[in-house]
Amino acid sequence: MLDIQKLVKSFGTKRAVRGLSFTVEKGTVLGFLGPNGAGKSTTMRMISGVLEPDSGDALIAGKSVVSQRREAQAALGYLPEGAPLYDDMTPPEFLAFMAAARSLPKSERKPAIERAIADSRISTVCGQRIGSLSKGYRRRVGLAGAILHDPPVLLLDEPTDGLDPNQKRAVRALIARMAPTKAIVISTHTLTEVPAMCTRAIVIDRGRIVADETPEGLRQLSPDGTLEGAFTKLTDQAEAESA
Amino acid sequence: MNYLRQQLGSFVPVFRREIGAYYSTPMAYVFLAVFLLAIGMFTWEASSFFDTGTADLSPFFVWHPWLYMIFLPALAMRLWADETSAGTDELLLSLPLGMPGLVLGKLLAAWSVAGVGLLLTFPMWITVNFLGEPDNAAIILTYFVSFLMAGSYLSVGAAVSALTRSQVTAFVISVVIAFIFTAAGWPLVLSGVKSIFGAGFADLVAQFSFLSHFEAAQRGVLEFRAVLFFLGFMALWTILNGLWASRHRLG
Repeated sequence: MLDIQKLVKSFGTKRAVRGLSFTVEKGTVLGFLGPNGAGKSTTMRMISGVLEPDSGDALIAGKSVVSQRREAQAALGYLPEGAPLYDDMTPPEFLAFMAAARSLPKSERKPAIERAIADSRISTVCGQRIGSLSKGYRRRVGLAGAILHDPPVLLLDEPTDGLDPNQKRAVRALIARMAPTKAIVISTHTLTEVPAMCTRAIVIDRGRIVADETPEGLRQLSPDGTLEGAFTKLTDQAEAESA
Repeated sequence: MNYLRQQLGSFVPVFRREIGAYYSTPMAYVFLAVFLLAIGMFTWEASSFFDTGTADLSPFFVWHPWLYMIFLPALAMRLWADETSAGTDELLLSLPLGMPGLVLGKLLAAWSVAGVGLLLTFPMWITVNFLGEPDNAAIILTYFVSFLMAGSYLSVGAAVSALTRSQVTAFVISVVIAFIFTAAGWPLVLSGVKSIFGAGFADLVAQFSFLSHFEAAQRGVLEFRAVLFFLGFMALWTILNGLWASRHRLG
């Protein structure tokens, strides 16, 4: 479903992503972990076609994001970091814009919008401008925009950031429900989210993959048997090696 | 054909989104109110509309380039800078949209707001018709060229807006560029250029000025080269706009 091939990106002299490769199959929920500045968001931006990679490619449902950008983007639902949205629109207006921008057939737009509103549980705030919504609701409106066209590949950057425990549970349930038919990548630095949502976890540090395991396998890499321990060990190790 | 549809398919959703942004916030209304107030004041007070003794709109049209120079960059400054500062450019660039449609959708949304401003000056036209018998065909023609000129100013503002995340910076740079292209045909500037670089160069400078190209239209003469100038000018800045907006993909 999603095939990442040797992605490389530098900003000036800083090498943000250094030859990242992995594949995600249908039915997998991949946790994409790493410390701040490890290259998570840069990788997400390259997969979504927002940034052009210096080299490498990402195939989304078989379409290259470099040479068939629009076809690849059509198969992808993307929630960018911080869930940027148009503040002057209401959630239904925003979703109508997304439906039009994704060229959904006119007859499918209304049911798709209603389904996305129900799935992301934002029906109570439909009359409000997005600018007046709380962080948690904004994130859910962004999520509704990402799942609107029922894409085979979902790319979610920090989808549960700023949500209260009830909302987090609702988002996890939604992801679990969508998981069997989609390939989902979730970037996060909240480690407790990983066993709750993901079937597989990749840890990256300084633009390289340092671990690719199940959450359980990742836990066993650590001296004390916790995910946090594994995370610290893996990312510290990379730091020591590069020093 | 299919290629065109891919590139321009983004026009309608983007145009509608931008129109919504102008009219669902006070932006369009404030722009229209202040623009109409300013053009009314200049026409009546500075040009003494009633004292000219002729029933035409020249005391009204003469101010268009100068007011556009200030007002239209204010209308265009948000088009791209706002996306960049709010982070919504990332959302927009992740959608399967063609850049040409995106650029044109944004420009035409701003241009249509300016067009509404121009249409709302109709009381001036009614007034001259009430007072005398003006050449209405000439007036319509001048309106048409003025509308083209408005698009040219907006194309500069929209392109510059893609270069920065600050709307204020976009506004200031656009006004400076707009001033250069306006004032290049100003007699005060032209006589200075003439005395330093000679008459030939002064003629060349005047060729690139909005004032020179609007001048014939103000007299009710449709100059083909003026129409071509404004269309070409817009095309150039629209291409620059697309290039500068595409730079976002490079990071």
